Amino acid sequence: MDPQFKAIADHALLVTFAEEISDAAHGAVLALDAALGANPPDGMIETVPAMVNLLVSFDPILTEHDAIKTYVQGCLGASLKARTEGITRTVQVCYEAPFSPDLAAVSSATGLTPEAVINAHLSGDFRVLMYGFSPGYAYLSGVPGAIQVPRKPAPVRDVPAGSVIIAGPQCLITTLKMPTGWSIIGRSPTAILTGDPDAPFLFDVGDRVTFQRIDAATFAQLDKASDHG
Amino acid sequence: MAEAAFTVAFAGPLVTLQDAGRPGHMRFGVPQSGAMDRLAFDAANAALGNKSGQTGIEISLGGLVLQCTHGAATVAIAGGDFTVQLGTQKTRSWTILTVQKGERLSITAGKVGSWAYLAFAGRITAPEWLGSQATHATSGFGGGALQSGQTIILSDTAVREDRLGDIPKPDFQTSRPIRVVTGPQDQHFAKETVTQFLTDSFAVSDAFDRMGMRLKGPELPLAGALSIPSEPIVRGSVQVSGDGVPTVLLADHQTTGGYPKIATVISPDIDRLVQHRAGQSVRFADITSAQAVAEARSYAQQKAAYLAEVSVARGTLAQRLMRENLSHGCAFD
Repeated sequence: MDPQFKAIADHALLVTFAEEISDAAHGAVLALDAALGANPPDGMIETVPAMVNLLVSFDPILTEHDAIKTYVQGCLGASLKARTEGITRTVQVCYEAPFSPDLAAVSSATGLTPEAVINAHLSGDFRVLMYGFSPGYAYLSGVPGAIQVPRKPAPVRDVPAGSVIIAGPQCLITTLKMPTGWSIIGRSPTAILTGDPDAPFLFDVGDRVTFQRIDAATFAQLDKASDHG
Repeated sequence: MAEAAFTVAFAGPLVTLQDAGRPGHMRFGVPQSGAMDRLAFDAANAALGNKSGQTGIEISLGGLVLQCTHGAATVAIAGGDFTVQLGTQKTRSWTILTVQKGERLSITAGKVGSWAYLAFAGRITAPEWLGSQATHATSGFGGGALQSGQTIILSDTAVREDRLGDIPKPDFQTSRPIRVVTGPQDQHFAKETVTQFLTDSFAVSDAFDRMGMRLKGPELPLAGALSIPSEPIVRGSVQVSGDGVPTVLLADHQTTGGYPKIATVISPDIDRLVQHRAGQSVRFADITSAQAVAEARSYAQQKAAYLAEVSVARGTLAQRLMRENLSHGCAFD
């Protein structure tokens, strides 16, 4: 996959693999991200993987766009082999009331029973596509077609941290009290912002995620031990 | 080591603790944060001989009033043209003062500028997140926003008589249009639209905070109804929403987003852009990415020379008088 290069101001290069979202484009993003992470060019500050492109930011005192572009081109062939499969992370989720205010609406929109919606969600093959919006907001791909629902016309305010929300093919576990137009189908006690200085975020982009169902009593017990109040 | 305590008698909205920020976490949805005007923030620290990036207070147009309840500390105030009052003594930002126990320091909006920085000869005790006390305003992570009634504790404080007085203002910032490199999604706009962005004047709107600055001006229509896949955003990205309104993303920006970016403000020009106020006009001019790198290098050099000059202690009043005597002959013979 031959990428396009775009200079961003004085301090970054955007490497774009495709116009449309596809597994191949995201795979190429992850492969290049891994290659640059393992062998960063001089002056690189960080990389930011997204759906179809990778941002490479750099210190303009030390390097410039053309040097980064040449370095990236040199990585492209080798980088496809460097792609990692990611680590599988487990996220616990309680689908019971009052943590799942939109479960009934998803159920009626899809014609499935609430129990079938839950089972479909648990069966999903989720991967971390990218982070965005707010710290720790990891966009997961892999919501099964049977329970894909559009966003609500207007966002709901003050949705608690830890909410498990879905829209279209994507799922997200919120980390802050925020407005959202996505459907809230459960609540997780699993901290995405771990509080561990050595590994402050539970996922890296490319990781796989499986959801594990817990009941309200287990949730209460685990939530007490975790960070979000 | 000496300590000092300040009670926050009043803090307007968006008065936060800031440092040099936390680079390197954008892949986890975390922008760098840190001071909006990095030049003024660095000048305040340099003027006290502080370590670069030491935590200080970013003051919005809402203003800040502190009451020293314990100890004393020399402070530096830089950025914009804010009104500073210590007891009955009235002055302006770009100044160094000592605040003693019982004294009240107020820093409020003056005629020009949106952000001022208060640096202390001393270390502020505050929470850290990911190795930085910079406040990420929407989450509150980091040192945090100041609240009226709160107490700020400082350690390792000092009174620095040798540093009192004015801080020279930087004179190397250009007054030319804000320089941008077009893109990375300028292909989603008609050529005339990009030209219009680069020639017309825009006004800063009220929607201006640490996340971004929304502009008012001609509509910048997208070429065709399209939604691009969410892409990385940087500080300085000018994104255009579906209604054709541009927003410049700033210190606490989202790290990814699906609106096309028509251009990106070069980093040397962000410091002066953020000092604009609602209603003030802004013009943009495009340069090549190679020119942008050259400008960044030249700005870094000028900034380093300026900070080096600001960081030299000028001596106590007695020492300054002595120096005057030596250079101008024998005034006190």
